[in-house]
Amino acid sequence: MPKHPGPIRKPGDAKKTLLRILSYMGVYRWQLILVVFCIIISSGAGVAGTYFLKPVINDYLLPFIGQKDVDLSGFISILCLMGAIYLAGAFSTYLYNRLMLNIATRTLKKVRTDLFSAMQTLPIKFFDTHPHGDLMSRFTNDTDTLREMVGMGIPQFISSTLSVTGVFIMMVVLSPALTILVLAMLVIMLFVVKIIGGKSGYFFKKQQQELGRVNGYIEEMIEGQKVVKVFSRETEIKDEFDELNNALCEAATNAHAFANVLMPIMGNLSYLHYALTAVVGGILSIMGWSDIGTLGAFLQYTRSFSQPITQISQQFNSILSALAGAERIFSLIDEMPEKDEGIVTLVRATYDPQGVLKETDAQGATCWAWKRPLPDGNFTYTEVKGDVRFEHVTFGYEENKTVLKDISLYAKPGQKIAFVGSTGAGKTTITNLINRFYDIQEGTITYDGIPITDIKKPDLRRSLSMVLQDAHLFTGTVRDNIRYGRLNATDEEVEEAAKLANAHTFIRHLPQGYDTILTGDGGNLSQGQRQLLSIARAAVADPPVLILDEATSSIDTRTEALIEKGMDKLMAGRTVFVIAHRLSTVRNSNAIMVLQNGEIIERGDHNSLLEEKGKYYQLYTGSFDMDLDE
Amino acid sequence: MIKKLAPYLKGYGKYALLAPITIIIEVLLEIRIPLYMSKIVDVGIKNGDIGYIACLGGLMVLMALLSLLFGALSAFFAARGGMGFGKNIRQAVFHKIQEFSFANTDKFSTASLITRLTTDVTNTQHTFMMLIRMFVRSPIMLVSATIMAASINKGLAVVFLIAVPVLGTALAIIMCMAFPRFRKMLTCYDNMNGSVQENLIAIRVVKAFVRQDYENKKFADDAEALRMAQLRAEKVLICNMPIMQLVIYGCIIAVLWFGGNMVISGTMDNGQLISFISYVTQILMSLMMISMVFVNFVMTRASVSRIIAVLDEVLDIVDVDAETQVTEGSVEFRNVSFSYAKDRDNLNLENINLTIAPGEMVGIIGSTGSAKTSLVQLIPRLYDATLGQVFVGGHDVRSYSLTNLRNAVGMVLQKNVLFSGTILDNLRWGDEGATKEEIVEACKAAQAHEFIMSFPDGYETELGQGGVNVSGGQKQRLCIARALLKKPKIIILDDSTSAVDTATDAKIRSALREKLVGTTTIIIAQRVSSVLDADKIVVMDDGHINDVGTHEELLANNEIYREIYESQQKGVA
Repeated sequence: MPKHPGPIRKPGDAKKTLLRILSYMGVYRWQLILVVFCIIISSGAGVAGTYFLKPVINDYLLPFIGQKDVDLSGFISILCLMGAIYLAGAFSTYLYNRLMLNIATRTLKKVRTDLFSAMQTLPIKFFDTHPHGDLMSRFTNDTDTLREMVGMGIPQFISSTLSVTGVFIMMVVLSPALTILVLAMLVIMLFVVKIIGGKSGYFFKKQQQELGRVNGYIEEMIEGQKVVKVFSRETEIKDEFDELNNALCEAATNAHAFANVLMPIMGNLSYLHYALTAVVGGILSIMGWSDIGTLGAFLQYTRSFSQPITQISQQFNSILSALAGAERIFSLIDEMPEKDEGIVTLVRATYDPQGVLKETDAQGATCWAWKRPLPDGNFTYTEVKGDVRFEHVTFGYEENKTVLKDISLYAKPGQKIAFVGSTGAGKTTITNLINRFYDIQEGTITYDGIPITDIKKPDLRRSLSMVLQDAHLFTGTVRDNIRYGRLNATDEEVEEAAKLANAHTFIRHLPQGYDTILTGDGGNLSQGQRQLLSIARAAVADPPVLILDEATSSIDTRTEALIEKGMDKLMAGRTVFVIAHRLSTVRNSNAIMVLQNGEIIERGDHNSLLEEKGKYYQLYTGSFDMDLDE
Repeated sequence: MIKKLAPYLKGYGKYALLAPITIIIEVLLEIRIPLYMSKIVDVGIKNGDIGYIACLGGLMVLMALLSLLFGALSAFFAARGGMGFGKNIRQAVFHKIQEFSFANTDKFSTASLITRLTTDVTNTQHTFMMLIRMFVRSPIMLVSATIMAASINKGLAVVFLIAVPVLGTALAIIMCMAFPRFRKMLTCYDNMNGSVQENLIAIRVVKAFVRQDYENKKFADDAEALRMAQLRAEKVLICNMPIMQLVIYGCIIAVLWFGGNMVISGTMDNGQLISFISYVTQILMSLMMISMVFVNFVMTRASVSRIIAVLDEVLDIVDVDAETQVTEGSVEFRNVSFSYAKDRDNLNLENINLTIAPGEMVGIIGSTGSAKTSLVQLIPRLYDATLGQVFVGGHDVRSYSLTNLRNAVGMVLQKNVLFSGTILDNLRWGDEGATKEEIVEACKAAQAHEFIMSFPDGYETELGQGGVNVSGGQKQRLCIARALLKKPKIIILDDSTSAVDTATDAKIRSALREKLVGTTTIIIAQRVSSVLDADKIVVMDDGHINDVGTHEELLANNEIYREIYESQQKGVA
């Protein structure tokens, strides 16, 4: 893409961010030193080469004009010297670019993977409160600008600065008198850069706002395009869009006009400088205070003086905006990760002949066990049974907005516990507390008698399997997606799980069966098929506790009846928490909790609840408005 | 490609033309400056004529100032032309998408349409701006600098004859090698972004299965692939600069050597030599610029072709300019078959015959994938039947204008959308001029009034993009109210109460019965209870109508219906 100066976002603490970027590059410090060295040679060669114009003209041309059979050996050797310097320059240019490319791509890879793994450690709450687009842009826009800065911006900035300095020094050396003119031009140029740079920065900010507005509108209207069609609102939508689009065009024109204008202005100021130098230099030469060789070299220098200044000003803006991007990247990396103060881990275990629970490898294991380290360095083991208890649990997503109030409940190993209630009653919240997606504010939750805060989160979650209402799938084969539940599952186990979930039939009908590649969150499958796959995924994980959150909501009742047997098999011997809209799904639970406004208002099994003739009865018979409490 | 986009210069053509013209003037002005300089050295200094020097100096200053003026002007023109062009294209693409039928939209996918309208248009607009500035400037600079150089000394200009082709070939080779590598890099880039996006969406799954390490490794592989691709691509591109330097430096030395000899032999002057070197730099720099513009141009080609694909998309449904209004709400399917792929061997709906009288309430039921939605989408012509005819109000749906037809057919989509703005704004989509009373009435019928009033701002509550501030069930009820406000002859609810509990669902249906006397109501539902009291129920199975009848009839005679009913009623008794 053409390099257009983006909106000038000022980084909060530029120095700190820059240092942090440099620390990323620190591993390559020797290479970096070599880079700087090469840049010095490369810029130096350009500057020095031009200087040779003076001795060439003064020492080898002027004295010999009109003479015959002149000795050209001096001329040849000075040209050879120039050639050598130029060669070294070109070679250094290649070398530093190649080194920088290596450093930049490696650094960026490190930044990206750090960013990604930092993202993986963040609590769910973070994802709730930050729009995806915002997080995505750190992987795209922000890393892109950072890449440009590391790969091109910094070396160019150094090179331009060195060139300007070098040229300036050479000018002083060549002719202090003509340098006064340079200083005057420099002041004018800097002034122009400041004025135009400032203006263009201002307009770019405006353009960015308008662009945001237009893109937001596009996103919303394209997403909702089918609704627009159904309501025949095309004309109104077009008009609204045109208005926004025109505003964007105005802002963009201003922004780009100022950005574009910098180059011709600087270029021609440089010509003006060139002209003035020629005149003044000419006069000085006539006066005998200067000579043609000096003038020739000086004139070449004036031409190569403005370009790096323009570049510096452009680089400066892009470096600023890259720093702002880097700051956003680092702020994500620095985000507080999910807290995990747990010490208890999950291990495979078996009972030895004496009936003592012992840790073992996967082959010899007969069960799972919780392993708790003791202060004396030994461990105690508790068999994982799936006994989950809530005692006086109170929770809110935000400090003072309680979602669950004083919830107490228990699920004995192998029991099926169901939650029913209206949207927003807190059903999903309860299950999200068991696997510690969120941490409770009051009360305790225990798992096999161990407070879940004592269990390491990864181990806790490994012992639970969730099937969510939104069955998210990943790019990869169908097989990979099912195997996501347990990475070392064999092909047979994967197919077994698929059969259990009644997914085997439709998978076989896919073009490549189990090896069919799914893309875009399984976009080529129906919602129901995706739910079947996610049930298979949970089945292959084979956990002691299972959480089904509206797991069959998009599967029609006929298919649901078909998979009922499979589901029963899946649930057998496990503690299961079920959330379902359809009461037929929860009927055979050991206990059903009716939730309302974050409180359990009724509990019992299906029959006892129907007998109670309370809210459950009303829900079941359809005479109670579930949504009233939202 | 250029021909295709040319019409979108409309209104900005003069700027797009003025930009290169002013730039040519700028070049022609500035290109003479080194020549005057050579005269200062060769005539002025040699003769010690200060007056001559001042005079030529003044001329040079004037030229520089004029050139500055034209350069600035061209910058403004280019910005106006480029951004205007971008605006026109963005507008054309957006308008075109508004004309798209559902089938057209499905073909592209929303995500890709959004990218085309945003990133692709921006890319195109920038490249175009660069094109009207640099693509004219550089060749003109190349040609005029060569002429100037040749006019100073034809013999020395031969250096260019060698240098330009050498540099040109080198750059061409680099470009040819770089493009496929860049394309590969972009693919890697897409893959990596895709995996980030996927992880963001499915973060709960990742965490629930404790797959952070697995995902980190997967991502590290993607990032490494991208790094390698980038390295491979840019490795080639970075050769540009040193090669360019080598050629320029080589030329300078050659010019100094041959030119120097000419100066000594008296066939050339010192000043001429100095200005010649100025031209050397300029000529080769412009060649470099041309190659850069070319890189951009080719990189943008992908964007441009994606835009053109949208603009060239043949509209699947052609609107007719007819005055006919839908007068009553009867619907008839006559031997209708339909395929999303327009493939007669792969039909989604097969040989459908169905008659619905005005004012009837019809339920449609069937398992997932039985083509319930496909069936009703043919009524407001969201898709066209592949075979057979669909009639609304006694006329073929294709004989109405789309606006008239769709104004008469209200439809609540399965995947419905609310827009940012207030609840009122959203409801007004149904009827721009609806009075407050009408709106409240519609909301009451849709059982939405109560919860709307429970919000502190009532009807003025801001919904946020996609209606994020309301629950699923509330959203569905707002969508129903919005459709009711259209006062359609036919209203279709496509599984629109799935998140609403049975009792409210029943209230909505009885309100529809009472309020919408004479309006044909078609309800697709998962729950038997939602269609139980319909005048007739259509049972769909695998793209066919399996049976039509009342609840009692179907329960007695239809296998599928009974199965569905029983699966939902277990344990009730």
